[in-house]
Amino acid sequence: MKIVACIKQVPDSAAKVVVENGRISWGDAPLVINPWDEFSIEAALQLKEKHGGTVTVISVGGENDKEAIKYALAMGADDAILITDPTLAGADTQAIAQVLASAILKIGGVEAGFFGRQAIDNDSGLTPAQTARLLNWPALTLAAVITYDGSRIRVERSIEEGRQSVSANLPVVISLVKDYGEPRYPSFMGIRKAARAEIPTWSLTTLGITAPAPVISWPEIMNPPSREVVCEIISGGTPDEIAETLADKILAEKVL
Amino acid sequence: MDFSLSTEHKMTQRMVQDFAQKEILPIIKEYDRKQEPIPFALPRLGELGILGICFPVRYGGQGMDFISLGLACEELEAADTSLRVAMSVHVGLCGLTLLQWGSEEQKQKFLIPLAKGKKLGCGAFTEPGMGSDIASMQTTARREGDIYRFNGEKMWISLASKADLALVTVRTNLTDSQPSNRLSTFIVDLNSPGITRGDIHGKLGVRAGSTGWINFQDVLVPAENRIGEEGEGFMITMSAFDHGRYTVASGATGIVRSALSASVRYAKERSAFGKPISSNQLIQEKIARMSQDYEIARLLYLQVGWLKNQGVRSTLETSYAKKFATEASFRAADDAIQIHGAYGYSDEYDVERYLRNARGAIIYEGSSEIQTLIQAGYALGERKQKPLRCEMPAYDPVFWQSID
Repeated sequence: MKIVACIKQVPDSAAKVVVENGRISWGDAPLVINPWDEFSIEAALQLKEKHGGTVTVISVGGENDKEAIKYALAMGADDAILITDPTLAGADTQAIAQVLASAILKIGGVEAGFFGRQAIDNDSGLTPAQTARLLNWPALTLAAVITYDGSRIRVERSIEEGRQSVSANLPVVISLVKDYGEPRYPSFMGIRKAARAEIPTWSLTTLGITAPAPVISWPEIMNPPSREVVCEIISGGTPDEIAETLADKILAEKVL
Repeated sequence: MDFSLSTEHKMTQRMVQDFAQKEILPIIKEYDRKQEPIPFALPRLGELGILGICFPVRYGGQGMDFISLGLACEELEAADTSLRVAMSVHVGLCGLTLLQWGSEEQKQKFLIPLAKGKKLGCGAFTEPGMGSDIASMQTTARREGDIYRFNGEKMWISLASKADLALVTVRTNLTDSQPSNRLSTFIVDLNSPGITRGDIHGKLGVRAGSTGWINFQDVLVPAENRIGEEGEGFMITMSAFDHGRYTVASGATGIVRSALSASVRYAKERSAFGKPISSNQLIQEKIARMSQDYEIARLLYLQVGWLKNQGVRSTLETSYAKKFATEASFRAADDAIQIHGAYGYSDEYDVERYLRNARGAIIYEGSSEIQTLIQAGYALGERKQKPLRCEMPAYDPVFWQSID
C-alpha cells in the first residue's frame, strides 16, 4: 500500500503558551513531532509491514520542521518531503489541506493519507477531513483499529458513543487516535538513517498552486485574564452537613 | 572545538529518555519498595537494542558510538540507577572487555548474543574478602589439560542471579612474585555445573537492581574461554573497569540532573513567608551548585566518550569523571532532600531514592579513594601507563555499522 503520512511539528505539550507582543510564544520549549502523528506513523508502518508498500512523510512548515520529519524517518518511514513557502505563513487548516491534497496528488498513486487526529497547537482536528474532501476520498477518522483485506479497508472508529465500524475502498484518508496502540520508538538504525537523510523541499511553485486565501482570520490574540483563585475548604460534622453547606454556597454564588 | 551533540546523539538521547520516562519511571517506586527488579526492564532494554548500543553491527550490536553509550546511561539513571547498573555490567564490564580483548572466536560465540540482548552478561571480580585489592583475590582456577577448575566465591555482583555469562577474573598462578601477574580472566557460562548463585537483599539503594553472589565449586571452564593469556587478568580487569566507570560516571550525571529538576520544580511551587522558596538565596545556592555540578559532570563524561571514540585510552579522564559525578550526585540528592523539606524524607517523592542510589556509586566500580590514588599517581608522574597488548579500537562508523 502506498501511504502518505502528513505530520506537523508543534511545541512540546509541556510548553507554557503565552501571548507576547501580539504573537504566540512558547518560550524556549522544544519543538516536537505532533504526538498524535506518532500514532498515524505507527499505523502506517504496521500496514506496510503486513501488506507491503511504502510510507512517505510530508509536512508543511519551515526548516525547523525537519526535526519532526527526521523523527518519523527514524521510526521507519521510507522517505519524506518538506513543503515550505513563505506565502504559507499564517495559513489556516483549509489552506494547509489544499497544500497537502496537491502534494498527495503530485506524489501520485497514493492509496492512503494518514493523519494524527489533531495537532496539539491548534487542536482543530479539521485538516484530515478537509484534505479528504478536497481529494474526494472517504475520511475514516478517529481510527483505533485498521484492517485491510486486499480490497476494502475497515476501520473501527473510537467515538464518544463507543466503537463504530466503517469501511471503504482505497484510496482513503484515515486519522488515528491513541486507542490504536503505543507507537514504536525510533530504532538506532533508523536514527542513523534519519540523521543522514537529505530531505527534499517543495514550494508552492513545485505544486503548481498559489497560497490559498485564508478563510479564518485572527483579529486579536490575548492572554486569558489572570484569575485570583481563592480556595475555601468547606468543613462540617458529617458528609451530609458538608454537602448542604456546599450546596448553599453554590446557589448563593449563582454558579447553578 | 565543537561541543554540540550530533543529530544522531540527540535522537538517541531522546529515544532512551522516552523509554525510561514512559515505561520505567511510573512504576519504579513500587519495585524499589519491594526490593525486586522490574521483570520486563532487561528484556525491554534488549528488545530496544539498548543492551547492544555501542557494539558493532557485525557482532550483533547497534553500531552507535561511545558518546551514545554515555548519553543512554545518563537517561537511564535519570529514571533509576538499576537500569544503568545493568548497562554497566552487561555492556561495560562484560561486553566491551570482550570486544577489546576477546579472540574472534570468542566474539562470535559470546559477544553476539550479548549485544543482541539474547544473553545477559556481568562482571565478577569482587569477593567477600576483597574489593579494591584486586591482585589479592582468592578464587582460583587450576589448569587441568584443556579445562580450568574454578573454586571460590564472588560477591556484590550485579545481575549475578540473572546473567547467563560472566567475565570472571581469578587467580591462575599461585607463585608469581608479582601478585598482579597471578590473575587471568575468563568468560564463564553461569549455568555450568558447580555454580550456585543467590541474591543479596537489604541494600541501602539500587533496590530494584539485582545484586548477588556467585559460588564456584569445582566448576570446569574450557581453556578456550580464557580471555587473553594467563597472567593478563589484572590488565584485562583494569580495562573492564575503565569501561564500567564510564557508564557509572555518565549515569551519576543523570542523578544530578534529576535532583536538579525535582528541586527547581518544588522550589517554585512551595511557598514560605509569602513567596516561593526559590526566591530564597540559601535555596538558590543549592540549586546553583547542582546546576554547575551537572554541567561539569556532563562535560567530563562526554570527554571520555570522545576519547573512547578516538581510540585513546582514558583511564585518568574516566577516573575524574567517575569520582566527580558520583560524589556530585550524592551532594545533589542530599541538597534536593533538604529543599523538599519533610517531603524529601518520604518515599512519596523521588529524591530520597536518588540519595540511596547515589551512595553506592561512591563505593563500587573503583571507590573514590582508589580514584584519588589513580589521579595522584598520574599527577605525580608515578603511574606509568604502558601500552596494552589489546587496545580498544577507535570508533569507526564504517566498521561498526557494516555487516562484513
